[in-house]
Amino acid sequence: MSDPLLVVKDLVKRFPIRAGIFHRKVAEVKAVEAVSFDIRGGEIFSLVGESGSGKSTVGKTLLGIYRPTDGTIRFKGKDVTTLTKENARFFKKEAQMVFQDPKSSLNPRRSIKSTLEETLIVHKIARNGRERERMVGGLLEMVELPPNYMYKYPSMLSGGQRQRVAIARALALDPSFIVLDEPTSALDVSVQAKIIRLLRRLQAKRQMAYLFISHDLSLMRTMASRTAVMYLGRIYELAPTEELFTNPLYPYTKTLISAVPVVSEEERRMKPEKQSLGGEIPSPINPPGGCAFHPRCSLVERVCSEQLPDLVEVKPGHFVRCHGVTNA
Amino acid sequence: MTHPNMLEIRDLHVYFRGYEGVSRVLDGISLNVGRGERVGLAGETGCGKTVTMKTVMGVLKIPPAMVPHGEVILDGQNVLEMSAKQLLQIKGTRISMIFQDPMNALNPVFMVGEQLYDVIRFAQGDSGTGRKRFGTEIHDRAIAALEEVRLPDPERILRSYPLELSGGMRQRVLIAMALVNGPSFLIADEPQTALDVTIGAQILDLLSELVRTKGISVLLITHNLGVIQETTERVYVMYAGQIAETTPTPVLFKNPKHPYSQGLLASVPRLTGGEIAEGIRGTVPDYTVAPSGCRFHPRCDYVMSICSQRKPPSFPVEPDHYVGCWLYGKEGGSK
Repeated sequence: MSDPLLVVKDLVKRFPIRAGIFHRKVAEVKAVEAVSFDIRGGEIFSLVGESGSGKSTVGKTLLGIYRPTDGTIRFKGKDVTTLTKENARFFKKEAQMVFQDPKSSLNPRRSIKSTLEETLIVHKIARNGRERERMVGGLLEMVELPPNYMYKYPSMLSGGQRQRVAIARALALDPSFIVLDEPTSALDVSVQAKIIRLLRRLQAKRQMAYLFISHDLSLMRTMASRTAVMYLGRIYELAPTEELFTNPLYPYTKTLISAVPVVSEEERRMKPEKQSLGGEIPSPINPPGGCAFHPRCSLVERVCSEQLPDLVEVKPGHFVRCHGVTNA
Repeated sequence: MTHPNMLEIRDLHVYFRGYEGVSRVLDGISLNVGRGERVGLAGETGCGKTVTMKTVMGVLKIPPAMVPHGEVILDGQNVLEMSAKQLLQIKGTRISMIFQDPMNALNPVFMVGEQLYDVIRFAQGDSGTGRKRFGTEIHDRAIAALEEVRLPDPERILRSYPLELSGGMRQRVLIAMALVNGPSFLIADEPQTALDVTIGAQILDLLSELVRTKGISVLLITHNLGVIQETTERVYVMYAGQIAETTPTPVLFKNPKHPYSQGLLASVPRLTGGEIAEGIRGTVPDYTVAPSGCRFHPRCDYVMSICSQRKPPSFPVEPDHYVGCWLYGKEGGSK
């Protein structure tokens, strides 16, 4: 097996909450707590979870948008935890991001051409204006938009077209890794289907790896080779996608899958039993002790509130963090 | 004089006058909601779901909107001919609404209690300004309403501001507000979209249970076909201001007939996995230059010459199953 492309070890990200005249730190949002995983070249790895689970923070911390509080990130064997002058150029060429809302991630006052050629200028890819224009046209063709769209502005495009432009921008430097943060959740299903198919075609053609961040479990079922379930900053279950959906072990994973509104009888039959007492998602400022899901779990035992279970490999490739599973 | 249907929309056209000309948004839609029936209205962004809802609630601004043709009969009365005062009387007492975003639907500067008391007082003919008439009876009804939607510690909730509550709790407060005066008809516009998966599922379960036990008629508007499947008995599929198909909900998911419904269902990712289809070619049309005839024809794989010339009527294909598509027009004419 080849070396992993990206190795994340014990990643921690906390955001301080400051208050008072001295701007003193009064509390912390524990967005990401000791998250470890690896992504192989050409793989689609997915992080699923609800709001506040820290999935977007993981993505943004990986790419240096946030500075990690602790932990290491290695990319192609190099340490990119903190971006120094030397590794920043290398890493930013290799790793790109597509955001959820293309309306706010594209500058409304810049033409599509100006948006797309920015990266080419910064990284000194093209020699002159004519070559740049040719490359921008090529990028648009890659995302299946006509080249003359480069003269348009974001407001002239539909949501799906804007997201295609955002994808083209991510592709400009020929990256080997893209973080996709809910790239289709602002789109209609029929438009989403087209963007998803495009992303798959591009991935197959250019052998890129994706970190796909989403709350849509059905979508991850069709996209990802491996899926990790996050809850309040930690990974609680990680398995090959097929295994995770057919044999979920962690009570929260089961609850999450059973909550998805489905359209067919076959889907309804594969839904696991809900294992939750209901209730709200607690705040990541003050998460529950032990296993964070214990106040909502219907199988809770005393040990769950006292001790955080370890992430244990129960089957090859299937990891779960649950006392109920590992002590049974 | 009880009318057999709670809501009856007949051949409703709604146009908007704008700088770029007249947008023909609703092109003759007809829709019924029977008494005690739970009906879904499914469609994608910009298909006219919200305009339909606004027309029914009588909150459409005329002008810029125009209603050149059509009727909206709510509980036996034509909404389009009602005075503002008559409308106001119906709203909040006999019909209620639940909106998508629970934060925007609550006023952030008033406590939940004050907003809930207002709704209760309104039904008693009090304009809401007479603060002195506040009594324990109203308070008790507010508490009961919050208990009904299973909010813990209702006394504390009444004294909270919307910001202090989570999204799921706010949506529960709104459900309590919508149901406190015992309405007979409820319009829910994407009630779970702004919430997380597990919280959204809780809200839908609660809502379905309450309307079922109280026998409230429901029109649920959503783009999420899974939600339609799990909460409604009958469904209308809407495309670009026209009704494409109407059928009992289970039939739509087993045997969709309209090419648009088929394309839409094929784009939905499934929990069981497998590839999703390419979706539907082309994009939603511009309403100022909407396609003639069947508005879906420029994107349809089975397009015929008649499709661009005349708008298809609703053809029955099975009992209760009507399709607005020329493929089902002639005898034995099936795809």
